[in-house]
Amino acid sequence: MQDRPTETLPPSEPSRLARAWDSDLAWSFRHTPVAMVSAAVVVILVLSAVFAPLIAPHDPFDPGSLNLMNGFTPPGRPNAFTQDMFLLGTDDQGRDVLSTILYGMRISLFVGFSAVLLALVIGVILGLLAGYLGGWVEALIMRVADIQLTFPAILVAMLIFGVAKGITPPAYRDQMAIWVLILAIGLSDWVQFARVVRGATLVEKRRDYVQAARLIGRKPFSIMLRHILPNVLNPVLVIATISLALAIIAEATLSFLGVGAPPTKPSLGTLIRIGQGFMFSGEWWILLFPALTLLALALSINLLGDWLRDALNPRLR
Amino acid sequence: MLAYIIRRVAQSVLVLLVTGFVAFSMFSFVGDPVENMLGQERTQADVDRLRDQLGLDRPFAVQYWKFLEQAVQGNFGLSYRQGRPVSEILAERLPATLELAAVSGLLALLGGIGFGIFTAIRRRGAAANVIMTVSLIGVSLPTFLIGILLIYVFSVELGWLPSFGRGDVVNLGGWSTGFLTQSGLKALVLPAITLGLYQMTLIMRLVRTEMLEVLRMDYIRFSRARGLRERAINFRHALKNTLVPVITITGLQLGSIIAFAIITETVFQWPGVGLLFINAIQFVDIPVMAAYLMMISVMFVAINLIVDLLYFAIDPRLRIDGKAGGH
Repeated sequence: MQDRPTETLPPSEPSRLARAWDSDLAWSFRHTPVAMVSAAVVVILVLSAVFAPLIAPHDPFDPGSLNLMNGFTPPGRPNAFTQDMFLLGTDDQGRDVLSTILYGMRISLFVGFSAVLLALVIGVILGLLAGYLGGWVEALIMRVADIQLTFPAILVAMLIFGVAKGITPPAYRDQMAIWVLILAIGLSDWVQFARVVRGATLVEKRRDYVQAARLIGRKPFSIMLRHILPNVLNPVLVIATISLALAIIAEATLSFLGVGAPPTKPSLGTLIRIGQGFMFSGEWWILLFPALTLLALALSINLLGDWLRDALNPRLR
Repeated sequence: MLAYIIRRVAQSVLVLLVTGFVAFSMFSFVGDPVENMLGQERTQADVDRLRDQLGLDRPFAVQYWKFLEQAVQGNFGLSYRQGRPVSEILAERLPATLELAAVSGLLALLGGIGFGIFTAIRRRGAAANVIMTVSLIGVSLPTFLIGILLIYVFSVELGWLPSFGRGDVVNLGGWSTGFLTQSGLKALVLPAITLGLYQMTLIMRLVRTEMLEVLRMDYIRFSRARGLRERAINFRHALKNTLVPVITITGLQLGSIIAFAIITETVFQWPGVGLLFINAIQFVDIPVMAAYLMMISVMFVAINLIVDLLYFAIDPRLRIDGKAGGH
């Protein structure tokens, strides 16, 4: 070992990567085939969405590159007029289905991640405040959470979407639709985070280290953020993963219903909405491939979330 | 127990007050209804007349009071889009949604309990494994994809069932029912399955888990030792004790059936209140949105309340606790 010149770290202290590889979580990951496969699917889909402009064969939003003659080309066969080939076929306007899926996934994932992040930030902050401060703050926050929980999240998201649509001027509605979606799904989903964080905070609050921090005169906000927050992150991570799958499905559902991403910026749900119209006339590929992509994305994130929940649960070890 | 009921009723009233305020805020702050109702070619006189008609020129507090007064009477004004009273439109559309929800709920309940018992009793059988796997896929599929899949198989490929609408309906004193015609019943099949499937898998998994738990208990083992027949043990002794959580979850699911009907109704163009609500969002038809919100929250609150009270009726232990503890 010592005469190897490439060795840069002292042998007594393994690198961050090596420590991560040796952790319980990584061990469990390496021994759960379902987790590995779903993680691989998620990574491939996310990467192809992120690099969509580089790998997509066509730019579906550039009207100049579209040829109406290419419309309704079946997958894997040359078009009758232009002889152009498309791996997954084209839609009515001659847009390459593969490219629209890649770009659509970008929007679906962007909305999903942003919405969960918004829900997480709101939920964690309100949960910490409710759990640590108690009193009327807790009563108010938890009562609001209870009331919101009376209604299914998708209904809350629809209402927020409708109201936000009413507030934005008609000319900006298509531009704003993505942000409105994020706001709607994010605001409909914070309750989960707040409840779990509040529960965990109530437990942590009574621990000695928090008492010690209080004794040396730390301010409440710094105790919440620097001391309690790192200790309640495990369940937050699990909920975030499962919420991500739910948020992606919620976005797809809203867009499918026509109250989400506009046809000019189609997400997977919008593409399924468009494809449904061609189901009866035999152009099955316009519907099938976006639907399969959505399914693969939601299912693998769900399975990953299930694994994470079991792996982080000390009682199941 | 009385104190508990009073507390629950108070909580329900609070929820209704909050949703009422949300609905009213939608009225007062969102969009300009006059802009929505009148076309491009309008005169200032048209605008003023409509403003006066809708009461939009009055102060906030007056409008709020008027809203509360009207809402209690079920009056939510005119739809911005159709120009007709919202209550009239809702009353027209409600039977379609209620019939769909009732059939789906029944399907979910019967199917869920049936499959749940089956998979619990024949835990290691091949059929039970198949049912469990299918249910896992069913939970992961978004509702609208299930609907599209069913349409594709049964309408497009096989051509057995209609893919949209309600078929022929019979009007029974203001209630339009699809139960009495053949085309009405046929049209009901696919939407009811789509809407009920998710709830059915939920109930099935719950019944199965509860049943397995109960079957492990001592009193079941003793019944078996006493020589009771399997059927009597499973249905008379085990099933009864699994029903308490099943009733809670089913009751709460009833609310989400009505909410998820929005999705199913859109997929199948089912002319119910859910489709009306989606169209209202698309056209920012605030009175319809507000009325739907109020209607559905009354339903949810009522369902939650009834489920909680049913608890006492079903589980005698709760009643005794309530009396002994006095809270």
